[in-house]
Amino acid sequence: MDAMVETAVRELSYAQAIQEAMAIAMERDERVFLMGEDIGVYGGAFQVTGDLVERFGTERVMDTPISELGGAGVAVGAAVTGLRPIFEFQFSDFATLGMEQIVNQAAKMRYMLGGAVSVPVVMRFPAGSGTGAAAQHSQSLEAWLGHVPGLKVIQPATPHDAKGMLLAAVEDPDPVMIFEHKLLYKMKGPVPEGYYTVPIGKAEIRRAGSDLTIVATSIMVHKALEAAQTLAGEGIDAEVIDLRTVRPMDRRTVIESVRKTSRLMCVYEGVKTLGVGAEVSAMIAESEAFDYLDAPIVRLGGAETPIPYNPELEKATVPQVDGIVRAARELATGAR
Amino acid sequence: MAGKAKNGAGEPAGANQPFLYRHYDHKTLRDALRKMYLIRQFEEGAEESYMRGLIHGTMHLSIGQEASAVGICLGLSDDDQITSTHRGHGHSIAKGAEVSRMFAEFFGKTTGYCRGRGGSMHIADVSKGNLGANGIVGGGIPIAVGAALTAKKLKTGRVVVSFFGDGANNEGAFHEALNMAAIWKLPVVFVCENNGYGMSTSVARATAVANIADRAAAYAMPGVIVDGNSVADVAEAAHEAIERARRGDGPTLIECKTYRYRGHSKSDRNRYRTKEEIEEWMSERDPIEHFEEELVAFGIIDAAGIEAIREDVRREIAAGIAFAKESPMPEVANLEKYVYTEQA
Repeated sequence: MDAMVETAVRELSYAQAIQEAMAIAMERDERVFLMGEDIGVYGGAFQVTGDLVERFGTERVMDTPISELGGAGVAVGAAVTGLRPIFEFQFSDFATLGMEQIVNQAAKMRYMLGGAVSVPVVMRFPAGSGTGAAAQHSQSLEAWLGHVPGLKVIQPATPHDAKGMLLAAVEDPDPVMIFEHKLLYKMKGPVPEGYYTVPIGKAEIRRAGSDLTIVATSIMVHKALEAAQTLAGEGIDAEVIDLRTVRPMDRRTVIESVRKTSRLMCVYEGVKTLGVGAEVSAMIAESEAFDYLDAPIVRLGGAETPIPYNPELEKATVPQVDGIVRAARELATGAR
Repeated sequence: MAGKAKNGAGEPAGANQPFLYRHYDHKTLRDALRKMYLIRQFEEGAEESYMRGLIHGTMHLSIGQEASAVGICLGLSDDDQITSTHRGHGHSIAKGAEVSRMFAEFFGKTTGYCRGRGGSMHIADVSKGNLGANGIVGGGIPIAVGAALTAKKLKTGRVVVSFFGDGANNEGAFHEALNMAAIWKLPVVFVCENNGYGMSTSVARATAVANIADRAAAYAMPGVIVDGNSVADVAEAAHEAIERARRGDGPTLIECKTYRYRGHSKSDRNRYRTKEEIEEWMSERDPIEHFEEELVAFGIIDAAGIEAIREDVRREIAAGIAFAKESPMPEVANLEKYVYTEQA
């Protein structure tokens, strides 16, 4: 890396990276504006918008009433008539209140109208457990929205990708749903200054390996990487893929990895049944990689329960590093 | 934009006549009558095509409600926008859609407004400012508010009208959208076409207030009740609301009291209202007959003129159906086209 590039990269938190991306998007394009509950002087429930209202004013950092359905619909209507709204749901759980506009309107409008319009709306969803907020403020609902043709659904796992994928989402002519794990907001990582995009629909190999493939999403990417380090000490070489996009899924990267390693494990926080890992597993079972499998596919997902309040119970609800290590060891050594 | 009556243009504009006849020139008024025939004959043509098995699915006919669609859209320019409902054929035609492309959509053809992907419930003509009918009750209301937000932010001078029925006024989307339009003073007009029934459930059984316009008070905007079967009454209320919106003074809720002659959809067995009730509206309060009588009384048209327009509309409807029949079907290979925007 040359000196010029090095000076252009700083350590930012995931939340700061998103904030910087939104500021750049608003500077580059007058049509871009932010909508959401308490995103103005309050700075957003997770301080993602922070002080942006001071810089861009209340017209472009718009506090909405507590009206998720109406607010999402206003964002859709603004997008279809020429603006580029970024709509923040205060918690991803509140998508349930806005589902009509997301699923029936934003996702389908272009198709229903035979291509006459595009709906360039971005919606952000703070997601996931680990904050002690219990069952209605901790869910991972990306698979719900990933089930809907017309939407694009992404889960950036690093500050670098959070910025680059948000900027790609703003440029995208179609509705993009961004699921941001709340525990990632404070995580720091290298983020280049200025404008850049990270493509939607492209997975990233975070660690190359030869003994098994771990496909992980969002915060589970970091847990999988930690697990891979432990496994390496035992002579097990795990390849860790950060899926990054739920829809449209990067099948090619996963298929090629499984052809190489012959073993697949999926790690995701959403409820295991019918979750993102279910789709990855089925996709591999249908692909040419199936013939290369040396063992049954393993899925580690969220427990079949609402997220509980008690911290020990909450931790037990979603995959943890030691569980990933154990399952990966069994998968790699055949000790099942 | 509809033509305005000009002083000294040789057309009577008596001070005692209603606003509609003072404000618009004769040609505009005759065109408005033509649009009402076009809506009614379009829906009769669609109904007949359905009976003959040429159209599948279902449809929601607005026969009997033509005055609100035409009266409201009289005050809008091509640049102004609307959102519509599952009972939206009238809105679409009133806003300037071609019946040939509407029939083509009903027939599922590539020449239809939605290239055969939408059908009756999703007709849109974005070039004429119709952002689309909607299969979800109340679904278009927040979208209209979003379109009005665009108009305000980009200072386009546009006004957006959101049509919806009495059923939608009990959806959360209605309340959330009206509140946001009011707090942000957006250039939008909410038009409730109260035809007395949400499917089978009467307004009296479903709605706590006597008039839907009463709900405007909760959102600090004017609520106006009009005879939805009178073009003159609707147009006057629309004009005032549209001007208010264009001035930047915010939204209005207009309630058009009207009636649908046909059932809710093709599945309706009509068990919830009497034949007498339907007959009374049809024979005594028909919006087209009412408008014809006024136009004749004010010397704007005569019987021969009426027949000439009707005949012209018949020809347009027949040509539209023929166009739809002859148009090509979509190719199955293109099934997934338009799910996402094609990118270079």
